[in-house]
Amino acid sequence: MKTVLEIENVHAKIGEKEILKGLNLKLEPGKVHAIMGPNGAGKSTLSKTIVGHYDVTLTGGDIRYKGKSINDMEPEERALEGIFLSFQHPVEIPGVNNAYFLRTALNAKRRHEGKEELNAAEFLRLMKSHLEMLGMKSDMISRSLNEGFSGGEKKRNEILQMLILEPEVIILDEIDSGLDIDALRAVSEGINKMKDGKRSFLVITHYSRILDYIEPDYIHVLKDGRIIKTAGPELVEQLEDKGYESIEEDSAS
Amino acid sequence: MANEELNKAVSGDYSLGFEIDIETDVVPPGLNEDTIKFISKKKEEPEWMLELRLKALKKWQTMEEPHWAHLSYDPVDYQAISYYAAPKQGIESLDEVDPKILAAYEKLGISLEEQKQLAGVKVAVDAVVDSVSVKTTYSEELQKHGVIFCSISDAIRDYPELIQKYMFSVVPMADNYFAALNSAVFTDGTFVYIPKGVRCPMELSTYFRINALNTGQFERTLIVADEGAYVSYNEGCSAPTRDENQLHAAVVELVTMKDAEIKYSTIQNWYPGDENGKGGIYNFVTKRGLCKGDNSKISWTQVETGSAITWKYPSCILKGDNSVGEFYSVAVTTLAQQADTGTKMIHLGKNTSSTIISKGISAMKGQNTYRGLVKIGSDAAGARNYSECDSLLIGDKCGAHTFPYLESKDTQGQIEHEATTSKISDEQLFYLRQRGISEEDAVSMIVHGFCKEVFSQLPMEYAVEAKALLELTLEGSVG
Ligand SMILES: Nc1ncnc2c1ncn2[C@@H]1O[C@H](COP(=O)(O)OP(=O)(O)OP(=O)(O)O)[C@@H](O)[C@H]1O
Ligand SMILES: [Mg+2]
Repeated sequence: MKTVLEIENVHAKIGEKEILKGLNLKLEPGKVHAIMGPNGAGKSTLSKTIVGHYDVTLTGGDIRYKGKSINDMEPEERALEGIFLSFQHPVEIPGVNNAYFLRTALNAKRRHEGKEELNAAEFLRLMKSHLEMLGMKSDMISRSLNEGFSGGEKKRNEILQMLILEPEVIILDEIDSGLDIDALRAVSEGINKMKDGKRSFLVITHYSRILDYIEPDYIHVLKDGRIIKTAGPELVEQLEDKGYESIEEDSAS
Repeated sequence: MANEELNKAVSGDYSLGFEIDIETDVVPPGLNEDTIKFISKKKEEPEWMLELRLKALKKWQTMEEPHWAHLSYDPVDYQAISYYAAPKQGIESLDEVDPKILAAYEKLGISLEEQKQLAGVKVAVDAVVDSVSVKTTYSEELQKHGVIFCSISDAIRDYPELIQKYMFSVVPMADNYFAALNSAVFTDGTFVYIPKGVRCPMELSTYFRINALNTGQFERTLIVADEGAYVSYNEGCSAPTRDENQLHAAVVELVTMKDAEIKYSTIQNWYPGDENGKGGIYNFVTKRGLCKGDNSKISWTQVETGSAITWKYPSCILKGDNSVGEFYSVAVTTLAQQADTGTKMIHLGKNTSSTIISKGISAMKGQNTYRGLVKIGSDAAGARNYSECDSLLIGDKCGAHTFPYLESKDTQGQIEHEATTSKISDEQLFYLRQRGISEEDAVSMIVHGFCKEVFSQLPMEYAVEAKALLELTLEGSVG
């Protein structure tokens, strides 16, 4: 079995509080991994730990991306190397033009990969095609980044960034929360479009609905700072019916 | 200069008469009637100008340096400053410009060559190096339209009626301590006159830099837009690194007649001193515009990133009915810089309106103060003002202070004031970094976002320059 991202016995604190307590997880290339778990279990903390968020202190264990430890990598380096996080609560940045921001991000990545940068016109063409696909209004080009966006608009904007940046490991933290039916479909289509047999997805969610669209390969249950169970998509039904209390811990975890 | 004379000059024993060697390039330090006479003679000025200067000197000698601003700095020794310096070489054409000066311009991205080549944009440049105009271009095209764009010294000789009519008409000779000093000792600057109904066919630019050690800079600029005229004037400043504190006290006067408009943009990036507050320029400027005619408009846009101390309040007197005053400002203080800046909008005419957008950015140990006055006179029925003063803090050793003052004699006046203070949040920085943008680029992106309303007021090429300058200024101020 190949692994693109390996999280090994990770312990992590926020402030003085230990949130991740010896967490193990392996993401396989080309696969969709879903993470489910009760509120406060540490799902967002896990995603923050992977991208090097300043809130989180790694106190033990190792995170390896493509075989190399990324524990000491700056957040922007991890991003440039292909790790993307769609935030549960995207922050608003007044005055920063959405298109300008995205083009800067894309060109930073292209520079990193030794590719030529896109000029404004080329980029706009690219951005417009994705906007249409996601059912986003064209004023999203010129508006300030996330400023005054509705909850659903913010989530679509995260997906837009994913589509443009074409990352290799994609972490989606509750991308489906607060979406209406059309938005959920558009966002799922965006995700499915990114599936290419090589990219990996880590989809954090509370609902089976999005999973119906994006068809995960694995379901992991995260509880009290650890992955306590890994199974196939059939686990979702059991969870929906009986809740997290019903889950028996895998012996291997 | 003979040694004997030099000694006399230095010892201050210099009141015997007009003895300074006119061939010299730098006048010895000190300020008295002889210094004024020397400057006036050097400039080949008419007698009336000399008399005005001497009058200003007398007034200045009775005045005291103001200290109400939120600034602290070592006292200035006005007798230790040399009040006149000319460049070493006389210059006829660009080829003769000292290559070092050209290189400095190039470094700052503002070379004359480059500007000439700017596609489709004609920029007339009146570059002032050490108080003397070095170069004027595009003068022929301007002449065709009857536009006068020359050094203030030339104007005093060539257009005495205009100068006598308008100089001191907006900023009176003894308006304040620094203005009075400037009135006495100003050595150069720019004069612009746009005749009736003429839209100036190009942006007018002046670049100043301070060069010779211990030389105060006292520019004086006067811009008059006659009925229905329009001009956009850009002033950009930069100085090479210096250890000595240098005094700069400029005066700018603007006059708009009926239906006329002046747009005055400034980029100021003089040496700010080091992080301990050593060195750097003291920038005490008086800038004021008079909307004399009905329906006229004056708009000030400034991007202030340099100087150790900035004391500057570009103002508008809205005398004509329906006249409009605007002030758009970005002031950055980092290192140990201090800025006390803002504007005054004096509403005298009916239905006058003013807009104030002030963005203060403080980083490291920088202290940024906004000080603004909106005054609505008893005849200014229907006057309106909108003010917005936002401060952005980077780090926790810097400071932002806001002092808005309001005086209204007209109960019908409509005044809106908004003020915010924000910090660049870690959450914002992280979001951008998670998208692969470096921390420094992330900071400058947020800062540009913050300054957007002001930058959008700048002419295109200028906005680009301002952006680059902001980046340069804030480099290394985070982390
Ligand atoms: N900045 C913080 N300061 C203090 N505690 C925090 C902070 N961030 C997270 N926590 C705590 O860490 C625990 C795990 O939070 P986390 O956000 O990872 O949960 P989650 O599994 O994503 O929950 P949800 O399903 O509600 O999003 C919670 O108890 C939370 O209160
Ligand atoms: Mg969460």
